[in-house]
Amino acid sequence: MAFIQSFGRYLPERVLGNAELARLLGCESSWILEACGIEERRIAASDETIAILAEQAARNCLTGQQPGLVILSSGTSERRFPGPAAQLATRLGLAGIPAIDLPIASAGSLFAMALAAQLAPAYGTVLVAAAEKMSAPALTEPLDRNTAILFGDGAGACLITNEPGEFEILDSVVHSDGAYADDLRLDLTGPIHMDGRTVIMQASRKLPAAINEVLTRQNVAPLQVDTFLLHQANRNLTERVAKAVGAPASRFFSNIQKYGNTSSASMLIAAAEWHQTAKPDPGAKICFAAFGAGFHYGALLTQKT
Amino acid sequence: MTDDLEKLAAIVRRVSKSDATPSPEESLFDAGYLDSFSLTDLVAEIERDFSIRIPDSDLNPRRFDSLDRIAEYVRSRAV
Repeated sequence: MAFIQSFGRYLPERVLGNAELARLLGCESSWILEACGIEERRIAASDETIAILAEQAARNCLTGQQPGLVILSSGTSERRFPGPAAQLATRLGLAGIPAIDLPIASAGSLFAMALAAQLAPAYGTVLVAAAEKMSAPALTEPLDRNTAILFGDGAGACLITNEPGEFEILDSVVHSDGAYADDLRLDLTGPIHMDGRTVIMQASRKLPAAINEVLTRQNVAPLQVDTFLLHQANRNLTERVAKAVGAPASRFFSNIQKYGNTSSASMLIAAAEWHQTAKPDPGAKICFAAFGAGFHYGALLTQKT
Repeated sequence: MTDDLEKLAAIVRRVSKSDATPSPEESLFDAGYLDSFSLTDLVAEIERDFSIRIPDSDLNPRRFDSLDRIAEYVRSRAV
């Protein structure tokens, strides 16, 4: 068995609102809001590396525990290798423990949580972190306004342990389909490439399917899930997922309007923010789900202890 | 228009919330009838109205770019 013990998040101070972004892109700020529902996003400082962003989120959820393993998800780290996971561990005073990078973008934190749940019995406490600087490639010339308006920077984290914690991880499903690797990608140089039609078509199918798969396996009906915490990609997509799953859209937590799409960090940022005010009853089911480049996608079901 | 094309045109009018009927070869995306999200609605309505299941591997936007292309695909699924 594995449990989620805590959540953490970190958002850079600098806020990029639609009015400023509209001036940069040569469009109307009202068009940005209408097109994506995002009002503002955060932009990391140039000296805030992925490891530094992840460290801030990790410190926000660590309360004296000593992780035996670190898993860091990022699709926007500074180097081909080494990835930032080892730096994160060292910055946290954890040099020596294994640190794994997961460079798989939006579904990275979901995959990391699923892996951590499997590895917790061997490593004790596992620190899962996800940090992204999506603004840099999104705002790279030549600017594509359809992409540039979507992304922001930030980091999220959670602690997964084999000791009893606040949320028991009941089950998870993860899938990958490389047939679409070219349709959503960030090459070594240049801006983000996204075939929005293909991404939305596939996500609209695969996300509900993954959610239904994990719920069916646990004999849980969609209406028995109290809260869905999804990768914050697009509000329209979330509403379609809710409809396909058969659960009210109001149960799908959303904060994309404040931070934009922060890729793999978004689901854990959302979880940390939800957790600050939510008061789930014991037994409440919380379902995580994500879809992203790869395509990688999956869902993870937890229960409040 | 054939019966299939008429049926598909009716679906496009519904999902695009438009009274206009696209010509069979016209690009539904370029002409503004479809965007990323209405495309997913279009696929769901085709599945329902034609009683077919469109697998994930066939969800290629180019397949749904015009009434002619959609009709060709629907025929291939009905065989």
